[in-house]
Amino acid sequence: MAKEYETVIGLEVHVELATKTKIFCGCSTSFGGRPNTHTCPVCTGMPGSLPVLNKKVLEYAVSVGLATNCNITRYCKFDRKNYFYPDNPQNYQISQLYLPICRDGYVEIETAGGSRKVGIHEIHMEEDAGKLIHDEWEDCTLVDYNRSGVPLIEIVSQPDMRSAEEVIAYLEKLRLIIQYLGASDCKLQEGSMRVDVNLSVREVGAEQFGTRTEMKNLNSFRAIARAIQGERERQIGLLEEGKAVVQETRRWDDAKETSYAMRSKEDAQDYRYFPDPDLTPVGISEEYLEELRARQPEFRTEKMARYKSEYELPDYDIEIITGSKHMADLFEATVALGSQPKKVSNWLMGETLRLLKEEELDSEDIRFSPENLGKLIALTESKAINSTVAKEVFEVMFREDVDPERYVEEKGLKTVTDESALRGTVEEVIASNPQSVEDYKNGKEKAIGFLVGQTMKAMKGKADPAGVNRLLKELLG
Amino acid sequence: MEKEHLLSLSATALGAAIKAGKTTAVEAMEAVFGRIGEREDINHCYITVDKDAALEKAAKIQKRIEAGELTGPLAGVPVAVKDNLCTEGMLTTCASRILENFVPTYSAEAVINLEKAGAVLIGKTNMDEFAMGSTTETSYYGATRNPHAPEHVPGGSSGGSAAAVASGECFFALGSDTGGSIRQPASYCGIVGMKPTYGTVSRYGLVAYGSSLDQIGPLAKTVEDCAAVLEAIASHDEKDSTSVRREDTDFTSGLINDVKGMRIGIPGDYFGEGLDPEVREAVLQAAELLKAQGAVVEEFDLSLVEYAIPTYYTIAAAEASSNLERFDGIKYGYRAEDAEGLHQMYKKTRSGGFGPEVKRRIMLGSFVLSSGYYDAYYLKALKVKAMMKKAFDRAFEKYDLILGPVAPTTAPKLGESLSDPMKMYLGDIYTISANLAGLPGISVPCGRDGKGLPIGLQLMGDCFQEKKLIRAAYTFEQSRGEGEK
Amino acid sequence: MANLINDETIEYVGILAKLELSGEEKEAAKKSMGEMLDYIDKLNELDTTGVEPMSHVFPVQNVFREDVVTNGDRSGSMLQNAPDARDSMFVVPKTFD
Repeated sequence: MAKEYETVIGLEVHVELATKTKIFCGCSTSFGGRPNTHTCPVCTGMPGSLPVLNKKVLEYAVSVGLATNCNITRYCKFDRKNYFYPDNPQNYQISQLYLPICRDGYVEIETAGGSRKVGIHEIHMEEDAGKLIHDEWEDCTLVDYNRSGVPLIEIVSQPDMRSAEEVIAYLEKLRLIIQYLGASDCKLQEGSMRVDVNLSVREVGAEQFGTRTEMKNLNSFRAIARAIQGERERQIGLLEEGKAVVQETRRWDDAKETSYAMRSKEDAQDYRYFPDPDLTPVGISEEYLEELRARQPEFRTEKMARYKSEYELPDYDIEIITGSKHMADLFEATVALGSQPKKVSNWLMGETLRLLKEEELDSEDIRFSPENLGKLIALTESKAINSTVAKEVFEVMFREDVDPERYVEEKGLKTVTDESALRGTVEEVIASNPQSVEDYKNGKEKAIGFLVGQTMKAMKGKADPAGVNRLLKELLG
Repeated sequence: MEKEHLLSLSATALGAAIKAGKTTAVEAMEAVFGRIGEREDINHCYITVDKDAALEKAAKIQKRIEAGELTGPLAGVPVAVKDNLCTEGMLTTCASRILENFVPTYSAEAVINLEKAGAVLIGKTNMDEFAMGSTTETSYYGATRNPHAPEHVPGGSSGGSAAAVASGECFFALGSDTGGSIRQPASYCGIVGMKPTYGTVSRYGLVAYGSSLDQIGPLAKTVEDCAAVLEAIASHDEKDSTSVRREDTDFTSGLINDVKGMRIGIPGDYFGEGLDPEVREAVLQAAELLKAQGAVVEEFDLSLVEYAIPTYYTIAAAEASSNLERFDGIKYGYRAEDAEGLHQMYKKTRSGGFGPEVKRRIMLGSFVLSSGYYDAYYLKALKVKAMMKKAFDRAFEKYDLILGPVAPTTAPKLGESLSDPMKMYLGDIYTISANLAGLPGISVPCGRDGKGLPIGLQLMGDCFQEKKLIRAAYTFEQSRGEGEK
Repeated sequence: MANLINDETIEYVGILAKLELSGEEKEAAKKSMGEMLDYIDKLNELDTTGVEPMSHVFPVQNVFREDVVTNGDRSGSMLQNAPDARDSMFVVPKTFD
């Protein structure tokens, strides 16, 4: 009889924090600058330079810890992790090993089998590395330290997950918590959230864990799911052949759907961690924790309940809107400006999602402002523009965040409300379409639709179709 | 002003003479370069000097002094800076091949503070490579000689700074002290050297050796100069997390010729085996002199003294092994040419760029931090350090100051120490405790041995008690009198 | 404890510290490291049970920076000392992932 195996998964999740400056120096963290333009002696490891901790990094790290039910370490320190690599300018990374900022937390995830807890072993603060660009032509590597020193937290889970579904549910949950806190945008594709998967397999019922491997370079939920499947099969294959799983770090190649071991005889995995003498310890007071607790935002569960009672939105809408902090903020801000909640939700559920999908964008990438969305809704509500025009305007607004009022004005898209001008056009349409008039009078209700269409066309879309319909019926008696 | 007379002035006396219009910053700088021209071939105090820049700067400073913009005691005074302090636009080598071409684009905070005080940089002084050594012989750029006896070492690691002050090749200098690197060369060269309380002078721009032990301090002709220089360089610096905010940095207010009632403890453990009898005699005489001036002097048992060296070398080597990882041939400095691939480049660059003593300490430091040994060595050393700190806390409950020798012997001959590193390490026994416990310490000349080599007296105080040190050292210096120097 | 330091140890520490020693240097390193470690073993004479390791001499805590950008583009000066640079980047021998 074939053996049955269980997959045991723990995750190491790195999240880039949304601070303005790096963790230990006053360089900007903004993306996309020319190489090495966001660098200084500290983040390029110049001799004599010294690190000073960014206050905001601690605040974000503690906030994430509080939101994930962790114990906050009241006396924490930074340690140096020593290893040579060109993306690491000091050849040591400042991280936390002995006294990490948060320990022993958990998050609850929803799975097919109901709700369950995934334990968090620890969360620590550390600095990001620079970027290496491989120059194939010259057979060398170029180094850009713009990312060097960008603050990260690493969230290390317990080996509590058993399937790709649970892994994704856990990551979604973490992502939402962190986004709601404003601590990071958590984009896997852009690397502001990075996931390393520790995976082992064991026979169902076995007490001991199997030997685990660590998988890196997973840039999407899809890649994570496939890598988990692939690694599970690889390890089972080895065990079935009577071979041992080797504890190692493997790199996932999503295009080839396979992983390979990252090994170098030049590297002993001995990081010689010791407390960084250049940084002072961090002491955390009860007052500080209280202050951060008080500042914790409304998280998703509470928000969902409120949306139901306060805005009376359908569950589907609530699910989608609260699934993104940015979208929820946009929704609430637009409502606060006076728009009716369901109308706002309709724009988000309909056109916004359609365009995001079309452009392969994330909800976090929505650029239009609540003010402009509010104006657009007001324009449709007052019937100043009809729904077709509104969609057109929305599309422009989605891409360029234009002011819909000004845009409608400039492009002359306002619905014609002048009754006499409209009546003239309708009369012309009736006169030039005798066949349809005849059909209508003979009881073909549908014929009126054609006549409305013709009128709208003659009006270049700037009429209220319901008004046209009413007028036609009136004139055709 | 006549050149020889000018060169014999202390830094503060020169500052006063410039302020009074008796001489100028330019004249002083020219005199210094005259002396450098005469003595540097033998002494080799400097790795880099920039005469044109120094004279140009001196002229600018002179104008500002005349305009009344600069009024401090060091305005216009030529200064030498140890080559492990970064100086914007001037080569900073740490006496190593690995930084043979490194020109910083920033200056150390201590150097900036000196510039603000109007002191004029002459150049960068020789030292043991990365401050690892006690003789200034491990420099890639050759050894410095003791101005009192050229066949002897000037001490180290701030040997270039000490020798430059002693020979008149500068009026005062900055050094760094990780285990005695200011106090011991000051003692060997017959000048005053002071290591302030850890955190008093910003370490920003000091190329780190042992970050938890390193402190910048003055080397000068007199205690008064020392106090004035320390007052100028001490500052709270937001760029250095370990920098301490102090309100009591008016160190010159400690220049009081009076030790009546001051309680001075002499650790019996400092006068045991290994201490040269002539050094012992001179130091005990110094204690007598302070007693005669009204201090209460008594012997006590400090304890744990014999554990200071192993504790120090474990911690310093561990921190150094990490601090020196950044020298890899990528961002600055020397890179080996003939390397195949990244790891070869690292190894060839570092093996060719560092000298034997530096490599020795990096290896030791990497080992004591490595997997399986961290607890037994590094953590153990941090625990003993805590015990030593406690022992000092107890001592300072009873005494204002601790008095002892700076080094077991006077300056050894060139070449004697390198052959036996262990012996060299043992020579640090009286100085390293101050670094481990973060305490201030001062070295003041207290006599000469039979060969005419200077002997130093060390005074150590509790943290932040520099003024007591200065007061006792000043009183000693005054009562000893000019004639005995 | 000096017998801790054998050829393998020197080799291993060389990999950690990125130092390549000649045969002669290796012998010297073995000897001096052995001597030093013997000497450091003196610390084992002391009972340190219950003693907190002291990494900082002063109880200074919570030294922070505000999250405000203070540095502009300094790429020129950061690259000024590079042994090899191109396109505003440091050049290193090819790395493998």
